[in-house]
Amino acid sequence: MDALFFWIFAAVMVVASLLVVGQRNPMYSVLLLIVSFAALSGLYVLLNAPFMAVVQIIIYAGAIMVLFLFVVMLLNVRTEEDGAETRRPFDIGPGPRRFGAVLAVVLAVQLIWALRRIAEAPFAPAGPDAAAQTSVYAIGLRLFREYAFAFEATSVLILVAMVGAVILARRDPHLPTRKEQ
Amino acid sequence: MSATLIAQLVVIGFTFFMLLNSAAVLVLMERKVAAFIQQRLGPYRVGPWGAMQPLADIIKLMMKEELRPKSADTFLFYLAPILCATAAFAAFAVVPFGADTTFFGLLDEPVKLMAADVNVGLLVIFAITSMGVYGIVLAGWASNSKYSLLGGLRSSAQMISYELSYGLSLAAVIMLAGTLSLREVVDAQAGYWHLFGVLPIPKWYVFLQPLGFFIFMTAGVAETNRAPFDFPEAEQELVAGYHTEYSSMTFALFFMAEYINMVTVSAVAVNLFLGGWHGPFLPEYLGWMWFLLKVFALLFFYIWMRWTLPRYRYDHLMEFGWKWLLPAATLNLLVTAGVVIWMGW
Repeated sequence: MDALFFWIFAAVMVVASLLVVGQRNPMYSVLLLIVSFAALSGLYVLLNAPFMAVVQIIIYAGAIMVLFLFVVMLLNVRTEEDGAETRRPFDIGPGPRRFGAVLAVVLAVQLIWALRRIAEAPFAPAGPDAAAQTSVYAIGLRLFREYAFAFEATSVLILVAMVGAVILARRDPHLPTRKEQ
Repeated sequence: MSATLIAQLVVIGFTFFMLLNSAAVLVLMERKVAAFIQQRLGPYRVGPWGAMQPLADIIKLMMKEELRPKSADTFLFYLAPILCATAAFAAFAVVPFGADTTFFGLLDEPVKLMAADVNVGLLVIFAITSMGVYGIVLAGWASNSKYSLLGGLRSSAQMISYELSYGLSLAAVIMLAGTLSLREVVDAQAGYWHLFGVLPIPKWYVFLQPLGFFIFMTAGVAETNRAPFDFPEAEQELVAGYHTEYSSMTFALFFMAEYINMVTVSAVAVNLFLGGWHGPFLPEYLGWMWFLLKVFALLFFYIWMRWTLPRYRYDHLMEFGWKWLLPAATLNLLVTAGVVIWMGW
């Protein structure tokens, strides 16, 4: 039963993730990404980690993707077809293309290496032990004792990003606006 | 199949059926209350006291023609109302509405009066209601009409803003109760405090968290798009907002989702702040009566508010959400955390 659900969720996730990249309409890409996140959350449930599953939905599918959707709607990008006639696909110049090819090869090598490691250590089914380890209480203790530094460092990182966004978006009152120019 | 399993299935079916009907009852209630507030009679022709009016409305909605704008995105246009209604129904699945019961000795083992007992129930509600936003946003976008798009954009901005305060006011209660399960939160509110040693006060969290309750209710009104925060469908500016282009049953799904969301928010508020099914006078197995009574009181409050207060201005709403409600919720959370540590709960 668990194995059946695993394959269903995994298949949905992989197919949705592939379609995210393949879509021409950014709206559908966003939605398919949400489907992919939802399937991932299903996998967490199978691993006896309901807290992780729900947090995955709240943070990624709920909060972050709503912002994505918001931006796509605000910009109202219909499709990527505009200007396709004047430019051949993938025509971005030789430099970036070579760089991208190298990155792709590195990623493929990493993926193969990671998958081989998983094959050596087989997937252990989640037992009752996993439920105790993934309870909210246990996660809280881990997060604020063992990983307290990482947790705090991450929050500082997010703060830095936020301050950066505010500074970039701020209009300098001393500079002339576009209209005045 | 064991008797307990059958009973559980009956409870689930009953919950679904009651939610479906609550929308119809609420429509009638809204129209009647609105009428009385405006010194009218309201619907009175269909059935005694106009009680069959919702039925007539439903038949009308079913018979209407299904229209779709030519330039709309067909798939998303039809997906949006389904998403909205599904999220509305699914959120109630983890809301308990009574103490464990054996149905007056009919069963050997007691069953829980809720569709699914999840130990992170509060977060599940939070997650599912945040998925409901997509229905509204997609409806606005897929209709390919300016009023719909503006309604959808407003709604997403509003919901993102108020979800923060909503979550923070929940967190304060979670800290007090020390659990994420709604059933356990309700059980933590059983019993009484005795003020000056005599006056009994029920141990409801509304007395410990008055500010939290206020924030929760305000954010709840904004989350369900009700007046005075009904900007996604402000009729004077946006015709009908995100569901302008919808007709017939697709419109009915949005309509139903809105009322069911109201029920869910009220039920969660009752469970978190008003002691759920605990109350004086009634024995425990009749606790669901207290629950229903409290939920209806809150629903009446919602309707009352809609027909009493004028709509805010949109920038005021955003300012209120970010500059007042969010800091207040954060302060509430910090003070609660301090007290919890100080008292050593």
